[in-house]
Amino acid sequence: MGPLAAIGAGLAVIGAGIGIGKIGGSAMEGIARQPEATSKIQTAMIIAAALVEGVALFAVVVSLLVASN
Amino acid sequence: MKTVLKSITLAVAFLLTNVNLLASETEGKHQGNEEKFDAVEVIMHHISDAHEFHILDYTDDHGVEHPVAIPLPVILFTDGSLDVFMSSEFNHGHDTVNIGNHAYFLDHGHIAEVSGSNLHPIDFSITKNVFSMLLSVFLLVLIFVTVGRSYRKGSGAPTGLASFMEPLVLFVRDDIAVPNIGEKQANKFLPYLLTVFFFILMNNLLGLIPFFPGSANLTGNISFTITLAFITFLITNLNGNKDYWKHIFATPGVPLWLAPIMIPVELMGIFAKPIALLIRLFANITAGHIIILSLISLIFIFKTVMIAPVSVGFVLFMDVLELLVAALQAYIFTLLSALFIGMAVAEHEHH
Repeated sequence: MGPLAAIGAGLAVIGAGIGIGKIGGSAMEGIARQPEATSKIQTAMIIAAALVEGVALFAVVVSLLVASN
Repeated sequence: MKTVLKSITLAVAFLLTNVNLLASETEGKHQGNEEKFDAVEVIMHHISDAHEFHILDYTDDHGVEHPVAIPLPVILFTDGSLDVFMSSEFNHGHDTVNIGNHAYFLDHGHIAEVSGSNLHPIDFSITKNVFSMLLSVFLLVLIFVTVGRSYRKGSGAPTGLASFMEPLVLFVRDDIAVPNIGEKQANKFLPYLLTVFFFILMNNLLGLIPFFPGSANLTGNISFTITLAFITFLITNLNGNKDYWKHIFATPGVPLWLAPIMIPVELMGIFAKPIALLIRLFANITAGHIIILSLISLIFIFKTVMIAPVSVGFVLFMDVLELLVAALQAYIFTLLSALFIGMAVAEHEHH
């Protein structure tokens, strides 16, 4: 089950990568348009990124459980 | 959308080539007969709880491996009697310990009885994680008693440690509690939010120290995060006001015939929120520990010191990232706890 679990973890990373990439890109755009709102945008960005990362880590945990059995 | 699809195909292509690489690597591994380094075993050993603080292994002149570890007390409750001894008596899992009428041995890191009615006795031992938790409690009490005393002395600007802790406390109050719970009720829940924030932060940071007092994977232990999330769950639901329960059992503006769907979904929502909370903290910290250990393991997998600079460089990078994650996860846990509590106690304006 090891390689299959690795593929699963990899797929989860794709999703998280797209999610965090989109958040980061939008935050950059927002900061470029309104540099005075940088700190607020950054906080919101980090929270959203952490939430996306959390979902990706669910998948990693499932992969780990599969791989360790 | 097009770019998204493009990136997915690219990533899948990468994935497939990597799988091929992996396959050829495992073929190569089977040919070698020497003692293999099992990275998974080492990593799993380090992220799981233990009855001793393992430091290192050394091989003596006769080629026998000796583990060096700091023993921790074992406290067991079996058939109404309390058995207390040091984990060093297990001789790293080689020996059986006889105390009173009971004989114990280490079964894959878990204490089991050789013969008896219950195979696994009730275990109150000070394990690696418990030790780490007690240490963080001790440090937190020390820090906050010192800070509290400095405020009792004078009413001037905070000095010393207080000037470092005050912004953090104010941050939890002004950026986490007040915006999410509301000015009126924030102070009621502030003690819990502050406790959980500093407790998780301290344990995350202790877990990042790679040697003795730290290195326990406490916040990456599912029992620990379940306990914290359960406390948030209790506080949220015990403080839920009429509106909170009304939104669950009779959501306003939803026709009655939808109730058979809405009520189970809303009830699931009550449990899903703390479950997401506990898995997020657990998975983030465990993943961090696994990544750092995997990068270190690279040196032993490739069996060359040449890879060490790469490995150490990446570990340094990951460690710095983990510092951010340690603070971020403490923040996220506190923020989401505040959010859930805020949703439960919010006063809705009735028109």
